[in-house]
Amino acid sequence: MSGFAQNTFNGLVSGAFYALLALGLAVIFGMLRVVNFAHGAFYMLGAFGAYVLLTEAGVPFWAALLIMPVGLGLLGMALERAVIHRLTRLDPLYNFLLTFGLTLILQDLVKLRYGVQSSPYATPSLLSGSVNFGLFDFPTYRVFILGFAVLLCVAVWWVLTRTRIGMVVRASTERPDLTRAFGIDVGRWVTPVFGFGIGLAGLAGVLAAPMRAVNPLMGADLIIVVFAVVVIGGLGSIFGSVAAGFGIGLVQAWGEAYLSHFPIVSQTIVFVVMAGVLLWRPAGLFGREEAPA
Amino acid sequence: MLRIENLSAFYGEAQVLRDVSLEVSAGEVVTLVGRNGAGKSTLLRCVMGLHPGQRGTVELDGRDITRLPAHRRARLGLGWVPDDRGSYATLTVTENLTLPPTVGPDPWSLERVYEAFPALHTRRDSAATMLSGGEQQMLALARVLRMGARLLLCDEPTEGLSPLLVQQVGDLLREAKRHGVTVLLVEQNLHFATGVADRHYLLAEGRVAEAMDNSEVRSRERELLAYLGI
Repeated sequence: MSGFAQNTFNGLVSGAFYALLALGLAVIFGMLRVVNFAHGAFYMLGAFGAYVLLTEAGVPFWAALLIMPVGLGLLGMALERAVIHRLTRLDPLYNFLLTFGLTLILQDLVKLRYGVQSSPYATPSLLSGSVNFGLFDFPTYRVFILGFAVLLCVAVWWVLTRTRIGMVVRASTERPDLTRAFGIDVGRWVTPVFGFGIGLAGLAGVLAAPMRAVNPLMGADLIIVVFAVVVIGGLGSIFGSVAAGFGIGLVQAWGEAYLSHFPIVSQTIVFVVMAGVLLWRPAGLFGREEAPA
Repeated sequence: MLRIENLSAFYGEAQVLRDVSLEVSAGEVVTLVGRNGAGKSTLLRCVMGLHPGQRGTVELDGRDITRLPAHRRARLGLGWVPDDRGSYATLTVTENLTLPPTVGPDPWSLERVYEAFPALHTRRDSAATMLSGGEQQMLALARVLRMGARLLLCDEPTEGLSPLLVQQVGDLLREAKRHGVTVLLVEQNLHFATGVADRHYLLAEGRVAEAMDNSEVRSRERELLAYLGI
C-alpha cells in the first residue's frame, strides 16, 4: 500500500511539471496559433538561471522563484515582438523552424558557457527533510512542488474563467476575428499571453533545479513528453493540458513501478496512451474541432 | 451616416464586389438583397473591417474609416451580427452579452436584455452554443443592442428561424429604429425586408443593380423572387 502511495505521489510530482509546461503551451497556442517548440529551452533557462544566480551572485532560491519567471517572461515578450508574431501569416513549417531553431541557439549558448555536465542545486533549507503523512516519508520539497503547482493551476483557471481578462483571452482564442469586430484589440493581448506562457516554463525550471539535474539538455528531454501531454489533453485546451499533465505523470510513474519487467512498455507507455487517445478522440480528450475564424 | 464609395473586394484572384457605392442615412433601415454569392455578406464584412482584400472608401459620419481595424470601427458604434450568429462556445450567455464594451449613447442594460429575452435569462450560465438556433440569433441581436451600437450590420438574421421568431426579430429591429439606430441588413426574405426596411439595394454579380423602395419591391415581388431563385 505504501509503495503504491509513493508511486502515486511521485507521479503527481512529475505531473506537476508536465502540467505547468503544458498549460503555458496551451495558452500560447490558443492565443497565437503557434506551437512553441522552444518551451523546453525556457524551462532549462529557468533552472540554469536559478543555478547561476545562486552560484555567481548568491541569490537564494526564493528570489530566483520570482526573478526567473518575470525575467524570462519579459524575454518571451521581446521575442514575440521581434520574431514570433511574424509566424501568424506564414506556413506552419516556419513555426517549427523558428521555435526549434531558438531551442538550439539557447541550448548551445548555455553549453558554450557552462558545458554539458549537470550541476547540483541545493534544496532550499526551509524545504529540506521530509514530512510524514502516515504512509511514508514525503520529501518536503516535493510536497511543496505539488502544492505550489496545484495552487498555480487553480489560480490560472480562476483568472481565465472568472475575470474579464480571462473572458477576453477565451474569446480571442476561440474566434479572433469575431472578437475584433466586438471592439476588442486582440493583438494587444498576444504579447503578454506569450510572455505569461514563457514565464510559467521558467517557473517550472526553477522548481526543477533542486530535484533534477541542471544541464543544457534538461528541457529537450522533458519537452517530448510534454507535447504528448498537450496532444492528449487537446491542443489549446487549458483544462485538458493540466488534467493530462497530472494524468501522464501518474501513468508514467505506475508504468515504471509495475511494468518494470517490460522496459519497452514502461518507456513507451505515454506514447501508447497518446496514440490510443488520438484514435478515439482526434482532437484530444478536451479539445474541440477547430471553429471557423 | 454610412457612405460606401467605389468599393471592390477580392478573394485572392476572384473579384466579388465591383465599384459598389451606396449610402445609408441615420435612422434608416436598408436591406441588401441578392442571390447567394452576389457579395452581400462580403459587403458587410468590408464595412466591419473584416475583409482584407478591398479597394474603395468606407465613411462613417463623414469620417473615412477605410484604414481603421475592426476593433476601432466597433468602438465608433458598429454592431456586428454575423451570419453564423457568432456564439462563443467557451463563453456563457452572460459573457457573450458583456464581452463587447459599450460604444454608443444608449446601450441596453443586462437587466433590460434579460427582461426582453427571458429564454436567455434562464440559460444565462450555459455555454452560448448550447442554445437553440433561434435563441442564438436573439443573443446575437441582444449583444449589439447591449453595446449600444448606432449602426447594426445584420447578416441574414432571420435565416432558419420559425415564423414566430422572424416576427420577433422584426419587432426588435423596428424598436431599435424607433430609438434612432441605423441598420444595414442582408436579407433573402422579401416579405420580412419590406416589413422592417425603408429602402433596398439589389446586388447582382458584385454590383448594385438597382435601388428600390418598399412599394417597388412589393409590386415586383414575383419577378424578384424568381430572380433570387427562392
